[in-house]
Amino acid sequence: MIAPYVLVFLVFVLYPVSYGLWLARHPESYRTLFEDPVFFRTVVNTVVFLLVAVNLKFLLALFLSGFFVHERPWIRWVSVVFIIPWAVPAIPTIFSIRFMLNPEWGVINSLIFRLTQMDGPNWLNEPALALSMAMVVHIWKALPFWTLILMAGRLAIPRELYEAASVDGASGWQKFRFVTWPSIRTLYLTSTLLSMIWTLGDFNSVYLLTGGGPADLTHVLATLGIRYIRLDQVDQAMATIVVALPFVLPLVYFMMKRLSADEQA
Amino acid sequence: MNKHKILKEAKLWLVAIPVLLWTLLPIYHIFLFSISSKDSAFSGALWPDKPMLHNFVVVFRQDHFYLHHFWAQIWNSLWIAVAVGVLTLVIATCAAFAISRLKVRGGRTVMNAALFTYFIPAAFLAVPMYKAMGSYGLLNSRWSLVLAMVTLASPYAIWVLKQASDKLPWELDEAARIDGATPLQLFRLVYLPLMTPSLVAIGTYALLLAWNEYLYAFLLLSHENTIPLAVGLGHFLASDDSPWELLMATALIYATPPAAIYYAFRRYMVGGLTSGAVKA
Repeated sequence: MIAPYVLVFLVFVLYPVSYGLWLARHPESYRTLFEDPVFFRTVVNTVVFLLVAVNLKFLLALFLSGFFVHERPWIRWVSVVFIIPWAVPAIPTIFSIRFMLNPEWGVINSLIFRLTQMDGPNWLNEPALALSMAMVVHIWKALPFWTLILMAGRLAIPRELYEAASVDGASGWQKFRFVTWPSIRTLYLTSTLLSMIWTLGDFNSVYLLTGGGPADLTHVLATLGIRYIRLDQVDQAMATIVVALPFVLPLVYFMMKRLSADEQA
Repeated sequence: MNKHKILKEAKLWLVAIPVLLWTLLPIYHIFLFSISSKDSAFSGALWPDKPMLHNFVVVFRQDHFYLHHFWAQIWNSLWIAVAVGVLTLVIATCAAFAISRLKVRGGRTVMNAALFTYFIPAAFLAVPMYKAMGSYGLLNSRWSLVLAMVTLASPYAIWVLKQASDKLPWELDEAARIDGATPLQLFRLVYLPLMTPSLVAIGTYALLLAWNEYLYAFLLLSHENTIPLAVGLGHFLASDDSPWELLMATALIYATPPAAIYYAFRRYMVGGLTSGAVKA
């Protein structure tokens, strides 16, 4: 009964990956890749994207999870609304944000004009700004999910700990520092790592917002691989991915270890 | 005391209002465009002068260059999503049963292989997948997308079903065996009925994953008649003067069914593997 999945794995994971690695065997691919100015820029973008977007997302999620654990009926409703970005497909909302950022007709710049009588920035035409907007899109989409995960972590903390802290006269910050944080630290750090792996594969936030432009300056590794495919340079596309493997595989290994440790516990 | 309470509530609202605005603005913007004329949409107005449903009429009548295949594309989306849901369910249920209840040899290795697939970023697997589908001669067939999505959905499905299945009491299996049940009977008469809630959740998960997918769909399919609606939406931006009001109307139609399904099954959808994976 295990055979159907084994077949799927062999045919659609093992063979493609082996074939891909075989295609990426030529040293010339890497030489061309490293000489492509777009590649260097992409690596910088990817690192910035991972460090800034993921950490910002988690700080926000940590803060908001503290908001959503309050027991109020209306906060339940806010949480129902808050999950929408996670519940809907990526394209409609990313396109919506893309038009909102349109310098001439978008609602953001028209508000800026109404309020200040000045033209707003050309959001998606300046590389740094455009990449920042892609990060905003990423955070908008993924924040609800991680907030709920951290919220589950907070809800698992025994109430008595907080009551005891209150009796001892602890301030809100002290309760966070000495009760909440020690209890959810591991969850927070593991989630951050997992999110980094998945963010590395976030194609939509960049591609659907900027398409890698202007002038291929906002690519990340996920979109660069696909760009090479579109240019019919599959060896190059595979080389891009192989270059990222030394960073990805240890993280994947760590996550798998973590899961099997849980299994035995 | 009372003053303290009011201050506390005010603080909570001070968080809630920006959160609601931030969440709803892009959603509202889709809705706004879908009921606006092009002129009104491009004027940056926050509410149209004359709200109208005309855009939806145009979409349903396929009355625009980008919409000529609307019904075919929405049918493709549906067909692919259902196929992925059903296939994932069958494959993952069998695998989870074999690993968890029959304890087949190599079950652990298979589980690890599945988890490995789950953790590898999907955009990375897309490149070799595209190449392999080419060598199988499946490019531009809807099956290529179905099989690719089954590959992506199965690992999580197997993991969740295995977790759920590990929790079923062993006495059931023993009792069934003493009564002379074959593994197949055990599967059909004991296992499937007990697993129904998890199976519904996993079927929904795979269905939504496939309906929402963009990257794989756009890589593997390119004929107007085989692409799902997600890729059709992407085509709208091929030119500079795109009909954004029609794009947003179509996008609203595309986004509503998965959102409705998500909310209907919300209890099952968050958590699962991730909460397991990151458990302290």
